[in-house]
Amino acid sequence: MSFFTVDSISLQFGGLKAVDSVSFSVAKGEIFTIIGPNGAGKTSIFNLISRLYNPTSGKLFFEGRDITEVPPHQIAKLGIARTFQNIELFENATMLANLLVGRHCHATTQLWQEMLFLPSVRRAEKEHRHKVEEVIEFLDLQAYREKLIAGLPYGVRKVIEVARALCSEPKLILLDEPSSGLNVEETDDMSFWIRDIRSELGITVLMVEHDMSLVNRVSDRVLALNYGKVLATGTPAEVQAHPDVIAAYLGA
Amino acid sequence: MRFIFKTDYDQDIRILKHSGYWWSYGILLAVLAALPFVVGSYLQSQVVFVLIYAIVGVALMILTGFTGQASLGHAAFLAIGAYTAAYLQKLGVPFIVYFPAAAILTGIVGAMVGFPALRLTGIYLVIATIAFAFIVEEILARWESVTHGNEGMRVRTLDIVGIPLPRDGEAFYFLCLFTLVGCILLALNLLRSPTGRAFIAIRDSETAGKSMGIDLAAYKVKSFAISAAITGLAGVLFAHKMTFISPEMFTLLLSIEFIMVIIIGGAFGVHGAVFGAIFIVMVDPFLTALKDDVPVLAAGIASSLGMASDAAGKLRDTMSSIGSAAGLKGAIYGLIIMMFILFEPYGLYGRWLKVKLFFQLFPLYKKATFKRQKTYVKSERNR
Repeated sequence: MSFFTVDSISLQFGGLKAVDSVSFSVAKGEIFTIIGPNGAGKTSIFNLISRLYNPTSGKLFFEGRDITEVPPHQIAKLGIARTFQNIELFENATMLANLLVGRHCHATTQLWQEMLFLPSVRRAEKEHRHKVEEVIEFLDLQAYREKLIAGLPYGVRKVIEVARALCSEPKLILLDEPSSGLNVEETDDMSFWIRDIRSELGITVLMVEHDMSLVNRVSDRVLALNYGKVLATGTPAEVQAHPDVIAAYLGA
Repeated sequence: MRFIFKTDYDQDIRILKHSGYWWSYGILLAVLAALPFVVGSYLQSQVVFVLIYAIVGVALMILTGFTGQASLGHAAFLAIGAYTAAYLQKLGVPFIVYFPAAAILTGIVGAMVGFPALRLTGIYLVIATIAFAFIVEEILARWESVTHGNEGMRVRTLDIVGIPLPRDGEAFYFLCLFTLVGCILLALNLLRSPTGRAFIAIRDSETAGKSMGIDLAAYKVKSFAISAAITGLAGVLFAHKMTFISPEMFTLLLSIEFIMVIIIGGAFGVHGAVFGAIFIVMVDPFLTALKDDVPVLAAGIASSLGMASDAAGKLRDTMSSIGSAAGLKGAIYGLIIMMFILFEPYGLYGRWLKVKLFFQLFPLYKKATFKRQKTYVKSERNR
């Protein structure tokens, strides 16, 4: 059984098939990218994987375990973290608080212990903080610890979202358009970080991306999607040369 | 301006971030401890009401301010706390048992309200909590064997292991102060641990919270239960302060007053609950003044400016009839809420922080420091 497998998954909204029996599998340590025109169903696949949507049919397997029925809040505990296309940070909290929420799936303290703030809670808090500081170091976010998200620029928020996902120490990270809204320089940084996430932290990356130069630079394999159906899978060069993909983007 | 050089993670965990806070909060506590021996009984009684309202404010701050779940049912939680105290006291249960028992019972009821609230957001949740408050009010009026219905219940003097704490005494004041400080510490402890952060996450983005591993249902129920339990404690104190409780004391208007406490105080920090409580308790003496003193004063000024005495008398009567018009309190409350939401959404505490920063940065304060930024589009698709 491979690391992560999507087995002929479908998602139907009334008469619309947003995702139409899509299958693919991701190997451990791979950077796997899903591309496709707007409305192709890329983010829907992400929402299916993070269990925000229930699939109409099909199955999801993570490390040999069927996760199709796992409730959404347990996905993070299994080791799958994600970012969002339009940034879903906790706006009225500091960056530090945001990253500490990323540690939530590792929280072990009980409510009554927290109310009294027993030494065990303090110890756990410091451990969480250590992990958070590692991520801050990794993504160069030292300048923003005490800043409220609401006051930070878009590019920084994008990085903080990746940081929050990394704080949960995932095995698989889902990045939903990591470069959207970033300038050329920030996109460059992001491409380095994505490769570092894989090579230094050993986290498998599954991402949705529109920026083809970024896709070419970082991806091991690419899956092209249109109208919820898989058009082609392969290396970036293979997929871009595929006649169906060219037709989808440029019109036949 | 103070810059704190941080060398230890403990510095970020601490409640009092630097030595200056030890001084300011220490002095505040000393003043509060000395207060009953300095001020008169009227003012002391007002301060006790401020303390009780502030306890409810802290409770509502946890639910509405931090978890983002609005509630107009907190008068009902207060009522449950108050009636539990009155009933158990009548059965001869000692205070040290019925004080926590009221909190536990109210907490359980709060959790029960939390369950249906899981599927409701925004205005629908408000309607559900109002409905709950009406149900409780009706039960209190009908369940005569326990609550004596609309006749109400007498509450005997509070008694801790044989020592009576009369409602006007210093000891009762200290009990209220102690409870408030305890609740504030509890709220602050929650805020610096995973549960409090989960509450804030639910407030700001449920979708992201869910994918970060937060069980929305569990945490919303927890938030409701904690908030209700604290309100139950306030209810016990409220019952002893009033010495008489009846269903019509716990109306929608009281719930609105509680919501006002946190809106006016500033719904983003525990300080707000205390600021708001001070403000709300002061509205009543202000209304009394509006009814009694202001018309007389205005007529006096008018006649000294040369107005005929019968015209001045007419002015006084008109003004006092406006001042004592039915529903004036509600209208003034509405006006205050609107003004705060329009001009100072961060409440009195937010205003205090701005004034503080102005003096800290004195010649360098920038006008737009607190200008609210336009927020970026958030996806509504996952809701």
